[in-house]
Amino acid sequence: MSTATAPRPTIDSKFVLPFMNATRDVFLKMAGVTTTIGKPHLKSDTNAGYAVCGIIGFSGQITGSVVVSFSDTAAEKLVEAFAGVKLALTDPDFADAVGELANMIAGSAKKHLGAVASISTPSVVIGKGYVVANNRQIPCLVIPCSSPFGDFAVEVSVKRSPAL
Amino acid sequence: MNYLLVDDSRTMRNIQKKVLSAVAGATFAEAGDGLEALSVIAATPGGFDLMIIDWNMPNMDGIALVKKVRETDKKTLMIMATTEAEKSRVLEAIRAGVNNYVVKPFTPESLMDKVSQTISKAKAAA
Repeated sequence: MSTATAPRPTIDSKFVLPFMNATRDVFLKMAGVTTTIGKPHLKSDTNAGYAVCGIIGFSGQITGSVVVSFSDTAAEKLVEAFAGVKLALTDPDFADAVGELANMIAGSAKKHLGAVASISTPSVVIGKGYVVANNRQIPCLVIPCSSPFGDFAVEVSVKRSPAL
Repeated sequence: MNYLLVDDSRTMRNIQKKVLSAVAGATFAEAGDGLEALSVIAATPGGFDLMIIDWNMPNMDGIALVKKVRETDKKTLMIMATTEAEKSRVLEAIRAGVNNYVVKPFTPESLMDKVSQTISKAKAAA
């Protein structure tokens, strides 16, 4: 008797490099911060890695989402470097800045994905213990990043859609 | 120079303001989307010298705003500042009537350069 097992989800490696380059580029150009990219790995649970995250959805020939998540201390310092002013986590401009960073990473990566796709306006979550419910059919790849202001992660969960 | 900054991110508008304030005499109005921009334009009889416009915004996006403004105003300088970097998008914006295009992320120097280029080119053509 044999048991059928579901195929292990995989992510197209062509999707990884654009997000790595976009992350480095956005923080360097917009915040003057050099980031170091760690080894990407498949995410095995639904828990968010950090307490602050910006979420962007993709639609069109690429579907899915990208989540940029930070510890609250890293977020505060990176947002200060980006916005040029210190903002409290509760300030609406703080969420705006996190969303714009996520927007630029997604938008910048999109150019190199080789597909026609649209990105959503950003959503921002601030708080611990939330769950990002990604589409189960799309694996999520975590790109760990470090900066002088603390660690953060870019979670990429996208796939190429059938021809429209 | 009288600027209208149109972007749904207030942080981005503040960054642009900070960069462009380096040149004396700059004044600014702001809008968070295309519809708000049209209201600001309507309420500003003297108009604006230069508009910096994001593409992806709620309510009315940047490309729709450019087309709407160009229906009646061929003079105001417009720069699209956006993450939309594909060639097809740049061409679409140019066809719609923008004078220049800045891809986000940008350095302060590259934004200033694009603005200076745009103004110089307009002066030379006048």
